[in-house]
Amino acid sequence: MEAEKKEKEDLVPIFIMGKRYEVPSSLTIQKAMEYAGYQLIRGCGCRGGICGACATVYRFPGSYKIEVGLACQTVVQPNMYLTQIPFFPATKSVYDIEKIKPTIETLVKAYPELLRCLQCNTCTKSCPMEIEVMDYIAAAMRGDVARLAELSFDCVMCGLCTARCPAEICQYNIAILGRRLYGKYIAPKAEHLASMVKEVEKGRYEQMLRELMDTDEETLKKLYNEREIEPEQAGEDWTPKDKTYL
Amino acid sequence: MPYTRELKELIKRVEATRPARVERKRRGEEFPVLSLKEREERLRKYHPDFKEGSRTEIRVGPSKGYAISPEIVNLLEAKSRVDPDAIDLTKVAYETDVLILGGGGAGTAAALTAQENGAKVLIATKLRHGDANTMMAEGGIQAATKGTKDSPYYHYLDVLGGGHFKNVPELVYTLVTEAPKVIAWLEGLGCMLTKFPEGQLKALHGGGTCRKRMHYAADITGAEIMRTLRDEARNRPEDIKVLEFCPAVELILNEYGHCAGAVLYNLETEEYFVVKAKAVIMATGGSGRLHIQGFMTTNHYGATGDGLILGYRAGVKLCFLHTVQYHPTGAVFPEQAEGLLITEKFRGAGANALNIDGEQFVNEREPRDVESASFIRECTEVGKGVPTPTGKVGVWLDSPMIDILMGEGAVKREFPGKYILFKRFGIDISKEPMLVYPTLHYQNGGLEYNSRCETSIPGFFAAGEVSGGVHGENRLMGNSLLDVCVFGRIAGVSAALYAKERFQEGRLTLDHVRRYHRELEEAGIITDRVAPMLLPDYSNPKVRERQLTTRYLGTIR
Ligand SMILES: Cc1cc2nc3c(=O)[nH]c(=O)nc-3n(C[C@H](O)[C@H](O)[C@H](O)COP(=O)(O)OP(=O)(O)OC[C@H]3O[C@@H](n4cnc5c(N)ncnc54)[C@H](O)[C@@H]3O)c2cc1C
Ligand code: SF4
Ligand code: SF4
Ligand code: FES
Repeated sequence: MEAEKKEKEDLVPIFIMGKRYEVPSSLTIQKAMEYAGYQLIRGCGCRGGICGACATVYRFPGSYKIEVGLACQTVVQPNMYLTQIPFFPATKSVYDIEKIKPTIETLVKAYPELLRCLQCNTCTKSCPMEIEVMDYIAAAMRGDVARLAELSFDCVMCGLCTARCPAEICQYNIAILGRRLYGKYIAPKAEHLASMVKEVEKGRYEQMLRELMDTDEETLKKLYNEREIEPEQAGEDWTPKDKTYL
Repeated sequence: MPYTRELKELIKRVEATRPARVERKRRGEEFPVLSLKEREERLRKYHPDFKEGSRTEIRVGPSKGYAISPEIVNLLEAKSRVDPDAIDLTKVAYETDVLILGGGGAGTAAALTAQENGAKVLIATKLRHGDANTMMAEGGIQAATKGTKDSPYYHYLDVLGGGHFKNVPELVYTLVTEAPKVIAWLEGLGCMLTKFPEGQLKALHGGGTCRKRMHYAADITGAEIMRTLRDEARNRPEDIKVLEFCPAVELILNEYGHCAGAVLYNLETEEYFVVKAKAVIMATGGSGRLHIQGFMTTNHYGATGDGLILGYRAGVKLCFLHTVQYHPTGAVFPEQAEGLLITEKFRGAGANALNIDGEQFVNEREPRDVESASFIRECTEVGKGVPTPTGKVGVWLDSPMIDILMGEGAVKREFPGKYILFKRFGIDISKEPMLVYPTLHYQNGGLEYNSRCETSIPGFFAAGEVSGGVHGENRLMGNSLLDVCVFGRIAGVSAALYAKERFQEGRLTLDHVRRYHRELEEAGIITDRVAPMLLPDYSNPKVRERQLTTRYLGTIR
């Protein structure tokens, strides 16, 4: 009884697609919809703020402002009018990452509509991840692939920017093209990685590994216990004393 | 919700011990690590796997007698979602060379290599392509890439130590030798791995590593890998098709006992479809949403262990499911963030784990199971846990230390995702510590397979979290993203080659399901449980009471 009474006091009204429900005030929009009786199929993926499945827009009575959030990350507020936008059609250019270059031509060829951006900033205002969307689009228009990649890195591809863009641009797909171009062509290559791959392919570790595979558990435990641990605060140039198995 | 007044008072104790702890960290003085023997003892006494009632024997099927979590056994000892007699297997809705079940990391990696080996691919997945545990991985991906201090030899030893030396050697060998190649593959696809200005990959320690080999892409490593692989799959639309919101509910075999397709369920239109394939790859991931022993979980919405059920019914054995991985640091406050993973990298970057008095009680880099058991011990037997307003208990993770050790702004720079998240709840984690407790995280075991991803059924392959063996009894951080890339890629090649060279056309059948149903009956298991679960049940019981004309089959209406 006590608990029930307390729960009652904690309920707040929200409007899911215009219909009123009373839900506990501590819930996220996602859990509130479940509490209201929805069994989510669309609009729910990771439940942890990273997959972008749960894009939601809402408004409060008397306010002109369109607010946005990820349903799994946004706590309900009294009187919010909300709807999820679980899907919005997008443009996706098909390209061969091996054959393109990190240039403005690549971006414009893949997404010609990029040049239609009006710099209205609606996308930035629509982004639940607080990304400077317009700025990354501006970087794309200048052909600054590195900046495009950097500014868009936290994008969860929820599609809210795309849903609201008057120039009909699909920002997040331009962004991932930019990030892949950056990762492949602009970021300097990891040379130690390339040489390690070569050594593995040459079979440098083959024998020592095969020996380990045949070692009995007791000896393995001993080897494990005796392994030299790289200190937590060690710098890049740290090397172990025992180099036999390098 | 910001910290309550009571919690703010308790934080003062953490602040009081902080300067001395920072000094110790700077001097490289760590809390002593446990010996192997002490570790074993700690696990036995405090790890949930060893709790009374935590394991039940399976009464039917190829691993009959094997004792694992009752939550999984309940699903194994359940009927198919569909009556095999109700499905007309001659009505084939889709035909393909390679059918991949699950559009997460392993499934998508497999799609790419299967396509490169000449196969037409169909991915059928439960939610959207990429709504998967892979998307959620934050911390990193292990690989020995720095020859001056590390090699696959040390990686091998670490994997074994983490897995209690029970791992399948051949699988570990494949994992650690393929690791550098996989990182190079990701680099070549344009994955933005975090690097120094000259191009060396940055790397950190993870629990149980002897060398810093945890590579990462800021704090969204899995998302960066997943969205890159997905984008690449979408660049091959002629050969790789994707069916979203169409989970598999049963495997189809042919008259020779080879795997030859699957039955899919369209979650939106509620139709069942038959897919015919020359080879099938199971890549449905883990099972955190089964909430084993009532634990909260870090897993995505669709992690209900479906692949285990389907593979098992068709005749594949299960292994290493007797241990379950709890991640030591799941958020317990605020309530909205409950279960959410706080990556190990916080500890790697210097944050201490502390009890209510602000004291250390365990080394921060013990393997996950030992770390979790130590947290549980501190909160139960020792009684020095921190109580939360919702009646839970946790320990502090002292993130502000990172700003002191690495310079102001380090928390915000290195952990932008978590920083923003907690900020929204009114907590600045660069100034206030986080409250954490173990959370259900990873399915250590699964379907038995070999290093070519073959299972005991011809034409049926497995890869990723759904499979078991490579991590032994306990996976180390960063080895799972690696696992899904390594074995996903191998599964794709194996399945494509099988489709090309060994596939045999035959009549489709669901006889194995009928047999399984009979076996249930013979074992005296009369139940209306159905499996796979597909989605967890988060419905409101009061709403259910009023849904007078609604029928639920399992958790789904
Ligand atoms: C929060 C979190 C953090 C993590 N951090 C790390 C880390 O830092 N480093 C690391 O190495 N590992 C980490 N892991 C573990 C790692 O991410 C996963 O183990 C791994 O990505 C699993 O990949 P997978 O492809 O096997 O499964 P998933 O990526 O989960 O993909 C499985 C897919 O199959 C689909 N599916 C499920 N059932 C069906 C069905 N019946 N039919 C069709 N499709 C189905 C699912 O919807 C999903 O899309 C983390 C996991 C979590 C949850
Ligand atoms: S919403 Fe569209 S037009 Fe407006 S700034 Fe963003 S990209 Fe440009
Ligand atoms: S940039 Fe667009 S797609 Fe990306 S998170 Fe922001 S609103 Fe969503
Ligand atoms: S459910 Fe994935 S971001 Fe909300």
